[in-house]
Parts: sequence; structure tokens; C-alpha cells
Amino acid sequence: MSIPERVITIIAEQAMLEPSDVTLDSTLEDLGVDSLGLVEAIFAIEEAFDITVPFNANEPSAGDFDISTVGAIATGIQRLVAEQS
Amino acid sequence: MKRVVITGAGTINALGKDVDTTLEAMREGRCGIGELEFRDVDRLAIRIGGQVKDYDPDTAFSRQQLALYDRFTQFTLIAARQAVAQSGLEFTEALSLRAGVILGNSGGGMTTLDENYRSVYEDGKNRVHPFVVPKLMNNAAASHVSMAWGLRGPSFTVSTACASSNHAMAQAFQMVHGGLCPVMLTGGSESMLCFGGVKAWEGLRVMSKDGCRPFSANRNGMVQGEGAGVFVFEEYEHARARGADMLAEVVGYAMSSDASDIVMPSKEGAARTISGALRDARLNPEDVGYINAHGTGTAANDKTECAAVADVFGRHADKLMISSTKSMHGHLIGGTGAVELLACIMALRDKIIAPTINYDEPDPECALDVVPNEAREAHVEVALSNAFAFGGLNAVLALRRAG
Repeated sequence: MSIPERVITIIAEQAMLEPSDVTLDSTLEDLGVDSLGLVEAIFAIEEAFDITVPFNANEPSAGDFDISTVGAIATGIQRLVAEQS
Repeated sequence: MKRVVITGAGTINALGKDVDTTLEAMREGRCGIGELEFRDVDRLAIRIGGQVKDYDPDTAFSRQQLALYDRFTQFTLIAARQAVAQSGLEFTEALSLRAGVILGNSGGGMTTLDENYRSVYEDGKNRVHPFVVPKLMNNAAASHVSMAWGLRGPSFTVSTACASSNHAMAQAFQMVHGGLCPVMLTGGSESMLCFGGVKAWEGLRVMSKDGCRPFSANRNGMVQGEGAGVFVFEEYEHARARGADMLAEVVGYAMSSDASDIVMPSKEGAARTISGALRDARLNPEDVGYINAHGTGTAANDKTECAAVADVFGRHADKLMISSTKSMHGHLIGGTGAVELLACIMALRDKIIAPTINYDEPDPECALDVVPNEAREAHVEVALSNAFAFGGLNAVLALRRAG
């Protein structure tokens, strides 16, 4: 499974949806993932890829980790996996 | 001042997963204490407890809920569901604004702490699940109960070790008695039966390796239990107007502190609290037919408690019945007073006195009618529930037959 596919699977589980219902254009808001759900999804991503995601729930939009869409998150994860492997 | 009645009760503990099965076990003098089952139990010197067995959280909660609910919160919600259902209450907008939740708890999410400490210390992991804090905080159970029914009145958790539930219920009583809230959910819960929880208790050397035998001359310590008890405390007129079934009336309480020792109980403190509860409830000592004892099964507690009862009740001490149901369900620490209140309700409502089981040998220092080994039928008008905590914090509740 590619990194975007794995990210979609993790976020879908968090949103209690089928992976087929989640696209790269979906926003977390579209999927009904609240702030607590986002923190849990980031934990699951960190565990799955063995990386550290620079995300502070106090300022979700700060830093260069973009969470505006599922695709943006997947791109960020791809970069982190490359940097941290 | 408003009268306060109990209109709903719920529980899960080693004796049963609801009130009926728990009371049936108490009537039959059944023991819920057995071999502990959890990881690393072979590294413990103490391997028995009143553990809730054959319990599958997935049948009661969703995966999302379980991500946020420690075992003590799960137990609390299960008991609260039963209590609210029995009460038949409907939390309207107006009522939910004035109804709250006060629960006792001592250890918080001990299993959550244990699992996550193990993960970072033993397994060397550097990342923990994001919900560790909201799961382990002592007020998690009270908060989740408030959310489950949208109760927006005063809610908090009381932590006074073994007296937590009695302090919580005394506080809830006050809220209703004083007219602040027409309805309060109250009681308490505990779940410390995990490796770290029992290991910590082992250190104090007050635990029994072979059984809980309160008041018996061969007693050799306490046995820990787990679970929850939750009650609906309701203003009498509010309950009467809707035709609610009243399980018992709460007529008074007292709270006090020994201010003397962090672990040793005090006869003077216990006696002052029992007599304080009688005074608060405007009762004469002769009115009391049954006392649910703190009765931990330690050498120190049981003789001190019996001496305090003898002091307060004088000659009547030989006529009343006093039993410790901890012999059956174990010591639920912060949740114990809540589960034990069920024995008081059974005495008042069903006219059955729960026994002190495992009673083998009389102890001259505990020379009261401890209802040894077999339940007894008796008409009781007033019952007391004692709780005397580590740290010398005491709380005694007084209940009267409803109607």
C-alpha cells in the first residue's frame, strides 16, 4: 500500500468511514474528524510510519505541516518519512 | 430543608453485574474474591482480589468510547445506566440544568497509568496514546456521566481514599437537601486491580494473601475489589410527584477528620462521626437496626470500629446488627461505600441483612453481632453506612426505610 493509501486508511478508521469514502481532496471537517480525532489520527500515523509529526494542537496551522486536506497530510507524511528514515 | 430519597441504583462488582445479582449474592453469602487475572500477576505476593470477571467492554461500549474510558469509567457508566433506567427519570432541559454528578474515586485510571508506564519504561517506547490524560484523570468518570445524560449542574469527584464514595454521597445529599439540585447522580468507582496497583498496596503490608475475614479472630488483612455503585438521589416531592419508586430515604450524614495518623484509624474519630450522623438525622441510637461496617478485615480497623460502635450505642450496641460485605466483594477503596450502600438498601427494603462471611473465630475485641456467615431476615427502620479512610477522613451516612 502506498503512503497516501495508508494515510487514507488511518483517517477513514478515525472518521468511522470506508477508505473508499475518503479522497485526497477531503478535509477533516468534511469527514467529521474533530480536534481530538485529529490528535488520535496523528498518533496512529506516527505509530504506523515510525515518525514524529511536528503538530501542536494549540496552533494546528502553525509550522509547515499542512492539515488542510487528506492529500496535504499525505504529502507531509511522505516528506517526513523521507527525512526521518 | 428538602427530604432526599434514592430512586435508582446500579452496580457492577465482583458479586454481580447489576443490583439484583449483587443482592442475591449477598443474601446467599457468596464470595466474589478469587485468583487475580492480569499480566505479571506471578510477580505479586498478593494474588487474590474481588475482580470483575467475564467482562467484555465491547458489549457495553463502542471502540471510540473505549479509547477514552479507563476501566473505572466503564464501570461507572454501566452502573449509572442501570440507576438512571430504574429511576425512570427523564432529563428535560430544565432538570438537566440543575442535575449534577458527584462521584468518589481514589486511584483514577490506574490501569491506564500502569499500561502506559510499562510501555515507556519497560518497552522503551517514546510515544503514548494521546488520550492517556483524559483517561486517567480522577474526574473522567464523573465527566462522562454528566455528558451521557447532559447533566449541567454541579459535578465533581471526591477523593478521600476508602471514604471517597461516602463523602461523595454526603455531598450529593447536601445538594438536594439544601434545595440546590432536585436530582444528583452519586456513588463511586474504583479499578486498581492491575500489576502496579496491587504492587503498591503490597508495599503497605496490610493485604491478606488468603481471604477477607472481617471481625474474625483469624483475620489477616484486607482484600481489594473493583467496580462501581451509582445512585439517583432525588428530592422527595420531585420523586413523589412523578410516582417514582423510592428505594430508601437518606436522612443524614456526618464527616470528620481524625487529624492524627496517615494510616492508623482512631476510635474517637469514628465514634464522633457515627454520633454526628445520628445527630444530623435526628435519630436516637436505639433507632438504628443495622450498620454496614467499614470492616476491612485488618487488625486495626475492625477492633477500632467495634470499640467506636460500642461507645456510641452503649447497651444498644449488643442489639443492633453490624456486618462487613467487604468479605464478599472485597474493598473497592474509592468505590466501596457505594457498593456497600446496596446492603443498607437491602436491609431496609427487603428486610434481609447481608452477612459477614468467612467468620471463623470470635474476637473478644469485636464482640458485636456481626451477622456471621449467613444472611438474616430482620425488620430494620434505620441503617448506617460507615467509612473510615486512610488519612483519618471519616464519613457516615444514615438511611431510613422509604414510605
